[in-house]
Amino acid sequence: MNACVQTITDYGLRAVGIGKRLLPREDFTLCEQFTLIGSGMIWNVYFGILALIAGFGFATLLALGKASNIKVIRKPSEWFIFLFRGSPLFIQFFFGYFLFLKLKTVFPIFAPFTAAWLGALVVLFFNTSAYTAEIFYGALRSIPKGDVEAADAYGLSGWSRFKRVIWPTMLRLAWPAYTNEAIFLFHATTLVFFSGFPAWQQRGDALYYASYFADKTFNPFIPYPILAGYFILLTLCVIGLFSIVNRRLNRHLPANTRERLRIRPNLIR
Amino acid sequence: MACYLTTGKHMSIYWSVLTVLLLLGITAPTALAFGFAGASAARSRIAPVSWLGRGYIAVVRGVPDIAFFLFFVIALDQIIEATRHHILCPDWVEPIRQGSDFVVCQAAKMPLGNAPQWVHESYGFAIAVFTFAIVFGAFAANVIQGAMAAVPRGQIETGESYGMTSRQTFWRILVPQMWVYALPGLSNLWMVLIKATPLLFLLGIQDIVYWARELGGIKTSRFTDYPHGDWRMWYFLALLVFYLIFTRVSEITLERLMARLTRGQATTAGEAQRKAGTT
Repeated sequence: MNACVQTITDYGLRAVGIGKRLLPREDFTLCEQFTLIGSGMIWNVYFGILALIAGFGFATLLALGKASNIKVIRKPSEWFIFLFRGSPLFIQFFFGYFLFLKLKTVFPIFAPFTAAWLGALVVLFFNTSAYTAEIFYGALRSIPKGDVEAADAYGLSGWSRFKRVIWPTMLRLAWPAYTNEAIFLFHATTLVFFSGFPAWQQRGDALYYASYFADKTFNPFIPYPILAGYFILLTLCVIGLFSIVNRRLNRHLPANTRERLRIRPNLIR
Repeated sequence: MACYLTTGKHMSIYWSVLTVLLLLGITAPTALAFGFAGASAARSRIAPVSWLGRGYIAVVRGVPDIAFFLFFVIALDQIIEATRHHILCPDWVEPIRQGSDFVVCQAAKMPLGNAPQWVHESYGFAIAVFTFAIVFGAFAANVIQGAMAAVPRGQIETGESYGMTSRQTFWRILVPQMWVYALPGLSNLWMVLIKATPLLFLLGIQDIVYWARELGGIKTSRFTDYPHGDWRMWYFLALLVFYLIFTRVSEITLERLMARLTRGQATTAGEAQRKAGTT
């Protein structure tokens, strides 16, 4: 028991570089595997949350752009969404990494982008923006005609119509799909250290450590289920948070017409 | 330049594009078959069969991410070797797991240690295809299950009133009609499948990602330095464009297929098509 507490103090924050420098090399205990994989989850949560928050704003703009009547705005938004939804995230990571490497030699300001904490975050941010924008765009198009007409009848227009009617309705309609997107994004964060981005000083995410243990012990039956367990917990947290928001977005509707969150996790993007 | 891009090494990246297409070509029908079997099992009236189908869908869809790919390939490999070990070497007394080693007798190695290189490669490829098929089969099963439920009840009842057995209504009425409901989901799945192919790289197969990294790099091989700097960015750009074009072409093809399947169906789109045709 005490040994396990010691392991947790040694490796609990290993993924961000605090604690023992060397990873365990032999005689892996269950405790070590739980601690290190859990420590790697810090990165998954970090990437997921930041990309989600930043992507939300950008996605709203992109969705409005795609729904716009002005061609100069619509075309770039459409292309951006197609570019990031039409190609594998894995390739995007690789391309982003090598692009940043190249840019670094010309502009030194891009140096931090070649590290995972910023470079991968940027790629994830663009990616989730594109997927979310498509969801929001679909929701924008399915806003009931009556809602917008009612807003017009009240004399709302422009910004106030958007803020009070269109945007909340769009969010309400998009929310179930957006929840899935969020779960999906957290799952996608595991790809970061398997693409070009190096895990500097073996500071990696949960999957990085899980595959470290699987490689060293030749036994996939322990680390991967641990990883899956952590991810199920994370997914449950995400679902919990999002359903609170969902309830708030739907609070004006009669109880029997409220849309329940349907969780449909997807696999790979 | 054109000459450089057709050197022997570059031919292998073009071959690996074929590998990806082959993977898609084999996986898609296999996954569809798995999905069909899973969905039919889940609908079954015999409880254990139904549990099996539902369990398959729930378990595979519930496990997140590429972890499944990483896990499943090693697990499958070890299960095959362990099974062969128990059958082929029954008098082997030592345990298979010795500390952090996985030990089976020589005859149980899969593929055999003295097998030629291509056997090793195709064994790895086969395992990858099987993994893809199992995973995407579960997703396809889910889609097909939904599609079967979406076929109007009246259609089946009509079949029954003509005195068809449940097997006949299944094959003659349900299956032909369900495709139009399944296609949107399945085409979505196809897009996801296309985008999942670079993960072959993680399974240790020399696919396009592997070759793009190799060929773009400055010095990778022991004796040839490539006559250019770090070109990996351009190779990956080419891959990006390849996938974009592939996705676009699939989108257009599936749209056409959907229009073809909608013909004569009792759906809004089918009705619209009929009206457009008559006027």
